[in-house]
Amino acid sequence: MSLKQNLHNLKEKYKGTKMAPAFNAIHTFLYLPNEVTHGGTHIKAADDLKRTMNIVIMALVPCLLFGMFNAGYQHYAAIDSSLRTDVLANFFTMDNFWIGIIKVLPLVIVSYGVGLLVEFIFAVIKGHEVEEGYLVTGMLVPLIVPVDTPLWMLAVAVVFGVVIGKEVFGGTGMNILNPALTIRAFLFFAYPTWMSGDKVWVYDAVNRTGTADAISGETILGSYAQNQEVVYSTFDKFMGFIPGSIGETSTFLILIGAAILIFTKIGSWRIILSAFVGAAVMGLIFNQVVAADIITDSSKFYGLMNTPWWEHLTIGGLAFGAVFMATDPVTGSQTNKGKWIYGFLIGFLSIMIRVFNPAYPEGVFLAILLMNVFAPTIDHYVVQANVKRRLKRTKVKTA
Amino acid sequence: MGLLSKKDAVLLTDPLADNNPITIQVLGICSALAITAELKASIVMAISVMFVLGLGNVVISLMRNIIPSKIRIIVQLIVVATLVIIVDLVLKAFAYELSKTLSVFVGLIITNCIIMGRFEAFALANKPWRSFLDGIGNAVGYGVILIIVGFFRELLGSGTLLGFKVLGDPIEKTGLYAIGYENNGFMLLSPMALIVVGIIIWIQRSKNKALIEEN
Repeated sequence: MSLKQNLHNLKEKYKGTKMAPAFNAIHTFLYLPNEVTHGGTHIKAADDLKRTMNIVIMALVPCLLFGMFNAGYQHYAAIDSSLRTDVLANFFTMDNFWIGIIKVLPLVIVSYGVGLLVEFIFAVIKGHEVEEGYLVTGMLVPLIVPVDTPLWMLAVAVVFGVVIGKEVFGGTGMNILNPALTIRAFLFFAYPTWMSGDKVWVYDAVNRTGTADAISGETILGSYAQNQEVVYSTFDKFMGFIPGSIGETSTFLILIGAAILIFTKIGSWRIILSAFVGAAVMGLIFNQVVAADIITDSSKFYGLMNTPWWEHLTIGGLAFGAVFMATDPVTGSQTNKGKWIYGFLIGFLSIMIRVFNPAYPEGVFLAILLMNVFAPTIDHYVVQANVKRRLKRTKVKTA
Repeated sequence: MGLLSKKDAVLLTDPLADNNPITIQVLGICSALAITAELKASIVMAISVMFVLGLGNVVISLMRNIIPSKIRIIVQLIVVATLVIIVDLVLKAFAYELSKTLSVFVGLIITNCIIMGRFEAFALANKPWRSFLDGIGNAVGYGVILIIVGFFRELLGSGTLLGFKVLGDPIEKTGLYAIGYENNGFMLLSPMALIVVGIIIWIQRSKNKALIEEN
């Protein structure tokens, strides 16, 4: 008997009992269910929730693999800076990847293990089916945390994010805030020493603090915020050979992910494009402010304001947030016009927070969470404007 | 409850659970969010409110037949303000550090919706003894939630309870801190108090069948 048949039998056996949703969940998670809807006419679409989620995960895999190499590369490059001279030769090595495996894989496993456990418990309590919503969240979470994040912190944050961010609202599809960003926000406010500074971005830097082997790796945003020059070239910044959260450094691979999402019509190109446009506009405004000599280099905002607008797009988590977080269909705007406004404001506010509050160099997660809250309001006004416009049209005709 | 008749006992017990001023009526939230980062402050706040509400209810109830209804709010405010000033001065005299922690929130007891709410809803229409019980009951219902929130926020946020380092010393790395535990800074921020209150409401509503709403 195949596993599928086994699971089906177990499902029938435990029907109506408390454990039924658990078996149901494993069954629908691995296979298509045997049952189909009876009666009536139905449109059968191939892109069900499970397939949608899987495509997003596939779009994330390049970022994950790159992040694993980068975890090792940043570690060794911090010890021996000569490695930075020839990046391509020193990047894709087994040594680098090995550090990725021992540091990044546990984060992925904890994220999925804890998250799915919470989802299972809630499914059993509610007697619902387990929802697939956590599949993407579980992959996003390890990609947006620093490499040295302690596993128990991640576990606590995941429990908080899934319960408070999602389950209290009724589960997948009902949440107001993006659960992955709720988890990131929780980590940031609960354990700020592990989420910012110049130690957490490089593997082992925290342990070595105060010893003769001490290493550090400030993020580019952190350096700019302190008016310091950085050693990384534009090529490094675009390709992602820079310190940062695990999966968000490579703008290039994020754009490939964006192409996958747009091609499969899962991510909205309007949101992605308008977020980049919004960020560029804000960056240009700041550049003009500096060019007009309103801000001089004695100002604490000078470093980030003077950053060329196009560079703002490649550093920090902006690209990752715009492509993978802002396009979340549940928490984003639904109307086309609304998507333009929603995306634009995300980019605009990200850069504004980044520049004006050096304590929050990663403005993008705050900007997206804020716009998540405003998305229904934006949609409401877009729909109302349309209603008004059409009402006016009928009036003109009758007159 | 030999001392109290059944009707009077309900006045004490009802605000504790089924009609809790914070979790059911959602009153007095501001102070519940603002001063619960420490357990000690929560307890003092609970006692202060109990003093003001218990005594205030009695005073209003005694005067209920002579207060002209057109100016009753002003009269209530004067009573409450007098009592709050007493509390404030006592705190300043005997617990200066604590009164600094509570800062403006002692003064703001005046604006605590629970107090005006009980004056209006109960003391103006009931005899002093019953008003007193109602005031104490509501203040305890309020205080219990404050103390629960304060307990979790201080324990998880600072790793202490009433100032004692129950989880070990975060700087010397003893106790739980020796194995890598860290304080949750989010717990010290007011938004987390709102979430903790929300979780209490959630648990209470899911346990108490009488509160489950039909939809």
